[in-house]
Amino acid sequence: MPRTFLTRSAPDTAEVERRRWMFRHPAVIRLTHWVNTVCLLVLLMSGLQIFNAHPALYWGKVSTFDTPLMAMSSTEDDPPKGVTTIFGKTFDTTGWLGSSAGADGEAADRGFPAWATLPSDQDLTGGRSWHFFFAWAFVLNGLAYLLYGLVSGQLRFRVIPSRDQVRHFGSSVWEHLTLRFPQGDDAKRYNVIQKLTYLVVLFVLLPVQVLAGLAMSPAMDAAFPILLTLFDGRQSARTVHFVVAALLVLFVVVHVALVLLSGFWNNMRGMVTGWFVIERKVEPVGDTGEPRA
Amino acid sequence: MSRLPSRRILLTGASAAVAAAMLGGCDRLGNAEWFQRTLKTGEDANLFVQRLLLTERSLAPEYAEADISPWFKPNGTEAPPDKGYKALARGKFAKYHLEVGGLVEAPFKLSLAELRKLPARTQITRHDCVEGWSAIGKWTGVPLADLLSRAKLKPEARYVVFHCADTMDQGEDDGGAATAQDDGPNEAVPAGNANPAMTKQSGGGESRKSSGGQQASEDTAVSGGSPVRYYESIDLVDAFHPQTILAYDMNGKSLPVSNGAPLRLRVERNLGYKQAKYVMRIEVVESFAQIGEGKGGYWEDQGYAWYAGI
Repeated sequence: MPRTFLTRSAPDTAEVERRRWMFRHPAVIRLTHWVNTVCLLVLLMSGLQIFNAHPALYWGKVSTFDTPLMAMSSTEDDPPKGVTTIFGKTFDTTGWLGSSAGADGEAADRGFPAWATLPSDQDLTGGRSWHFFFAWAFVLNGLAYLLYGLVSGQLRFRVIPSRDQVRHFGSSVWEHLTLRFPQGDDAKRYNVIQKLTYLVVLFVLLPVQVLAGLAMSPAMDAAFPILLTLFDGRQSARTVHFVVAALLVLFVVVHVALVLLSGFWNNMRGMVTGWFVIERKVEPVGDTGEPRA
Repeated sequence: MSRLPSRRILLTGASAAVAAAMLGGCDRLGNAEWFQRTLKTGEDANLFVQRLLLTERSLAPEYAEADISPWFKPNGTEAPPDKGYKALARGKFAKYHLEVGGLVEAPFKLSLAELRKLPARTQITRHDCVEGWSAIGKWTGVPLADLLSRAKLKPEARYVVFHCADTMDQGEDDGGAATAQDDGPNEAVPAGNANPAMTKQSGGGESRKSSGGQQASEDTAVSGGSPVRYYESIDLVDAFHPQTILAYDMNGKSLPVSNGAPLRLRVERNLGYKQAKYVMRIEVVESFAQIGEGKGGYWEDQGYAWYAGI
């Protein structure tokens, strides 16, 4: 074939093949994803409001007030300093933890600052109302997601690594760390680290979070004393609830960062409309041994 | 390439603006009457589901002597400011009488000595404050079921109301220092505890802090100048639960004033603010709509859920 034909047509073919549309996210997945987003944000912020009513954590059945694992407080200074103690070590966290500007701009004694809590003012009962309502929404939404995911096979496709993925675990980690995102057919499915992360979030962190929340309820403890055994006491359950919340925040931070880095609009379109663009896999050039002109 | 940073800045700016608007919006939403009612359905669901899950025989976990907290944190009112109560306390509650009345066939009064002669129950249970902390204590007292059976409830009886001695919103002697009651509610924070805790909803606490402010005058208007005292209410499911007792002993000794002497309610399976201290009178009612501000308890009147199982 004449060379000129090849050199002209090759980019054309590439152009056609580079953007392939894929219907990636069914409606139920998209809906439950966004409901979940709202729920987790409200649960986090109202949870911090509830935490602020007694900004200290303990291990075991009861509160050992003199020896908390972690505590936030403010000093008598003027203006007061915010102090956070973790495992006996004290840190100055003025403006962030222990003491920070309230809604009126005045320094207030509070664990987490006003911008992080819901409602922003100190309002335990308001925080509890938000928390319980959205906890119910979160659980019902999560059950809908799981039920749909199991029945449709989506869950298995999304979170269970395939055999070849497990085999190539090491190279996947390396690709992930160097932010080289999969292309072509590999982009149609989640990679092994994604799958394992979702697996842990879905089947470890979130259920533990719900159970630790329930273990804090004196009535649930009467109905299911095993909750206390599971967490080594109510105060430990409260600590676990706090730590898992922090891990979920970490997950969301990484999740959002990767959404931004791997193509924000494509990912957003995917989760809003379902349609996702697969980029053509860039094959190493020069299979024929001839450089392109 | 130059498009990327600007898009990023745009996105960051937009998310910041959205976040700020959301925060303000959520606060405004949270203050709207209809939205508060909507949120409360979550707490209604808590009551509904927990009543399904718990039988009348489901007992709150009981603990060993070794688990008893060395210090049982008193919270809320620690020394009722009321003259009448102080006089009773000075006389070691010898003149104290518990009144049981309302929708009962046989109302009666019992002195502390008489109460102590009745069959008692001792239980080592965990106390969970709505603020988040817990303490374990040993309680000895009269099962409420025994008192209610003795009084013979009328058929229309639905709730048991506990009227307490401690004034919350208009102290007689040192009014300004009237603190929140019970192991949870707490505005005048004891030294060494940096945790201001329960507050009234929507900044209501502020008006209460400036004693004699709007809140107090409103209360005066409503109740004709009589002080607002702590009160609580439970339904008959909790009232007849075997672990629901009126305790006169804590950790084997007479209940100290700071923990509710001479008599406090222990209604296990519920949070601290239900465990009314300084109980003076038990009233059996069909509805608590006419008591206080009608929500069934002092803290309930400030927006807290009537059902406190979670």
